[in-house]
Amino acid sequence: MMYDFLVDLFGNSVFADIIAGTIQSLLPLFLFILPFALFAVYLERKVSAHMQDRLGPMRTGWHGWKQTIADIIKLIQKEDIIATDNDKLLFNLAPIVVFVGSYAAFAAIPFSSYFIGTELDLGIFYIVAVTGLVVAGILMAGWASNNKYSLLGSMRSVAQIISYEIPTILVMLSLVMISGTMSLHTLSEQQTGYAWNWYIFGGPGMTLSKFLLIPSMFIGFLIIYISTLAEVNRTPFDIPEAESELVSGYHTEYSGMKFAMFFLAEYANMFAVSAIVVALFLGGYQSPVGYFGDLIGASWMIPIEQFTWFTVKGLFFVFVQMWLRWTLPRLRVDQLMTTSWKYLIPIAFVNLIIIGLITLL
Amino acid sequence: MAIKTEEMVLNMGPQHPSTHGVLRLELALEGEIITNVIPHIGYLHRCFEKHCEAMTYPQIVPYTDRMDYLAPMGNEFGYAIAMEKLLGIQVPERVDYIRVIMAELQRISSHLVALGTYGADIGAFTPFLYCFIDREKVLNLFEITCGARLLYNYIWIGGLSHDLHPDFVRKTREFIKEFRPNLKEINDLLSHNRIFIDRTANVGILPIDTAINYGVSGPNLRGSGFKWDIRKDDPYSIYNKFDFDIPVGEGKYGTVGDSWDRYYVRVLEMEESCRIIEQALDQLPEGDVQSAIPKRVKPVVGNVYARVENPRGDLGYFIISDGSTSPYRVKVRAPSFVTMQVLNELCKGYMVADVVTILGSIDIVLGEIDR
Repeated sequence: MMYDFLVDLFGNSVFADIIAGTIQSLLPLFLFILPFALFAVYLERKVSAHMQDRLGPMRTGWHGWKQTIADIIKLIQKEDIIATDNDKLLFNLAPIVVFVGSYAAFAAIPFSSYFIGTELDLGIFYIVAVTGLVVAGILMAGWASNNKYSLLGSMRSVAQIISYEIPTILVMLSLVMISGTMSLHTLSEQQTGYAWNWYIFGGPGMTLSKFLLIPSMFIGFLIIYISTLAEVNRTPFDIPEAESELVSGYHTEYSGMKFAMFFLAEYANMFAVSAIVVALFLGGYQSPVGYFGDLIGASWMIPIEQFTWFTVKGLFFVFVQMWLRWTLPRLRVDQLMTTSWKYLIPIAFVNLIIIGLITLL
Repeated sequence: MAIKTEEMVLNMGPQHPSTHGVLRLELALEGEIITNVIPHIGYLHRCFEKHCEAMTYPQIVPYTDRMDYLAPMGNEFGYAIAMEKLLGIQVPERVDYIRVIMAELQRISSHLVALGTYGADIGAFTPFLYCFIDREKVLNLFEITCGARLLYNYIWIGGLSHDLHPDFVRKTREFIKEFRPNLKEINDLLSHNRIFIDRTANVGILPIDTAINYGVSGPNLRGSGFKWDIRKDDPYSIYNKFDFDIPVGEGKYGTVGDSWDRYYVRVLEMEESCRIIEQALDQLPEGDVQSAIPKRVKPVVGNVYARVENPRGDLGYFIISDGSTSPYRVKVRAPSFVTMQVLNELCKGYMVADVVTILGSIDIVLGEIDR
């Protein structure tokens, strides 16, 4: 949709196509991901500080709001260190692969009914596929660093992400079964109306199956939220970067902008997984209480309101991630595997079967 | 054809966030499983014992501070007791009371660091700062007493460097009143947290016989379920005047002597320290704290051994006097040094992450190991 708008703007030619495509693919980066990363780092600092009876950054600007900007400038200026024994090609490629993997996921996330990078019929499938790229990047980083801590960290990370993708996909599959679509946009559209139509409450309509689905959907929501925490390496699953054991895991050897790429990817990922959970279970960009634009008859306001709702919901889950991080200790690597393989995956499977039976009704 | 595999040797430290100082561990790994741990020490060696031989007896006091830098009061206390035994000095009662109060406050502050850093080792960073807020209050008490916050030079041979500040008693009571609820909060946040228990229970089990064979003492020995505390079993100073319990590990969430037990013994000990401080404050007599300080310390030829219950265990001083104003030899039995030898025994068969758990649970201070 945005693409059509851009093509209209630049006229209909091959060049217009290219320009529109470029702008379209860069827009989310500059409009959303970079500002979000800056804000999220600041938020993380402030959230952690207030949870620990501290103030956090206070000196740089009003309540330290310039702190992350200063950090970015520092990171850009830093020397890019590549150790002698690093595998240079992989070492340089890894941050790009990781960043591209998490950035590409944003293409299919519906921020509002008009602001969608690309409306894919296979949106869910696409996101699962491109975030899989992150695993390769992390493994490359760990291997190319030629550092034992990095290697251990990346091995753990890969094992963890692969294990937790399975329960995530199983839950997504159950939603696909109910909704009959893999497009995140369609999924969000289906949950229109009030909060009661969200999939966490069994989905739209007032049928018997909706009420039967509620417990399963709650379980599914919890499973997917726990798994996504593990996929973005947040506490209690931040084992790949367990700073008390592995210093900082797979990005120990990175400095300057390459480190910033990992950092950016991590924060982009935090929002991406929250956005996916929101789009699947919590109505996506739909308002829980109806639109102000509808009320006063200004339909142009609706996309803006939708964008706001989506961002607020996403940020809430980002906040929950931070909340957990500054409250909980970290699991051990074997306990992490146990959680996934012995609990989450069987429960997700049974849940899938139950949901399948209910949908048959 | 079998795939050729070999053990990976991983160097942990001396620059590593959770070796609690400049300790270097050489880990032999089979995948993530530990097959052997070799600790390498000496990165913080300052020749304390040799240095003492070149100094007069009172000059040694500030140097004892720098051994277990998280519990300098305890170190000074032990040295003062050893020297008073050698010189045959009887200190005024007030001095004894103040020393006990200081040593117990120090025990609280030291255990708070142990708890906080242990939480950080497991990945919970917030309890660390909560612990440090309370430790800060203890340090403020020390600061109004003697002006220093880390290395006090407060307990001298035969007396104290300063009498208590007029506000000290009131402020200490306030601190204890505030501290008890905070301790409960730390318990809720960390000690009984399911993930924390999963990480620490049944990890690094130290059976009583192994502990005794290695000479482990202090909270680590009590964590194994053995009731041994020098304050009770070989009372020094005026500890026999106070009513307090000795908490031991009970294996509440796992086996007796696991990391959680060692951790929890420290939590319980802080409560006992609070009780001792309260009793001491109630009974605190008046008097001059400097009346028994000898003008010139020149003991007769002989030797002395005295030990105290430091936060990390049994701290002993063996001092040989040749009749001059400097010691002929000073030997310190540092509890952390003895405890660290059991590390290999504890770590075998566990994972890399557990090394951090176990190392944190035995709570070593490198200043004391290397001296």
